[in-house]
Amino acid sequence: MPIPDRIERTIDLAQPPQRVWEALTSAEGLASWFGDRATVDLRPGGTAYVEWDDEVHKATMTISVVEPPTRFAWTWGIQGLPATDPRRTYVEFTLSPSGGGTRLTVVESGFAQVPDELLDTAYHGNVEGWRKELAELADYLRVAA
Amino acid sequence: MSRPDPEAVAEAVFAALAEPSRRSILSALAARGPTTATDLAGLLPITRQAITKHLELLAAAGLVLAEPGERRRIRYRVNAAPMAIAQSYLAALARDWDSKLTRLQRSLDAPASQPEAAAPDSAGRCL
Repeated sequence: MPIPDRIERTIDLAQPPQRVWEALTSAEGLASWFGDRATVDLRPGGTAYVEWDDEVHKATMTISVVEPPTRFAWTWGIQGLPATDPRRTYVEFTLSPSGGGTRLTVVESGFAQVPDELLDTAYHGNVEGWRKELAELADYLRVAA
Repeated sequence: MSRPDPEAVAEAVFAALAEPSRRSILSALAARGPTTATDLAGLLPITRQAITKHLELLAAAGLVLAEPGERRRIRYRVNAAPMAIAQSYLAALARDWDSKLTRLQRSLDAPASQPEAAAPDSAGRCL
């Protein structure tokens, strides 16, 4: 039962790479297929932010690769984990011309990476952890009062 | 204290969750915080003997931790780290690129003249 580390999909689209690139990298494009609202600061190190209408669901991506119109990549957090969790997956889109259209490949990797701290505590969690945090909170409240 | 294998940790979580009594015990510990086996027996329709057995198994898998204490007063609490590892596995299954790419294809195929007026899909959803 291995944790799948790499998800890969390829899809053939009728539109040329430039159209697909726009859909992947513009706020209007991302809001049309990926989420419902989006903002994009399209540069390596820039942030893309996507929100969905129906859920509390939102995503913040850090853009890592911008090579129009062939390669676009970002990293983002793992769904279901707290925002403070250091784990992130890497999503890379590759566009190549195919006939008059585009062959689009998306690869998401990094699900199986688990930080050493988490593995250390998987079997040997700090029994004092919560108690200590609660004690610290109590101290803080006492001082603040 | 060798590091466990992430797959083994995830497997222990899913094995633990597959059993209804163990789910009840973990749920009770998650909801109430550290609790003794005796108190769990009072809360759940499970005998104290069975609770002890399940707690031993859960502790061996790293899913609950026994706080130090006198034999009958040992309190058990949930250990979150294995759950966070199992979540990686679930996240890979939940990412759902298939429907996102289908949406991308549909949005590109929609007539460019009226991109905002695209009809909702058959389920009436936008996702």
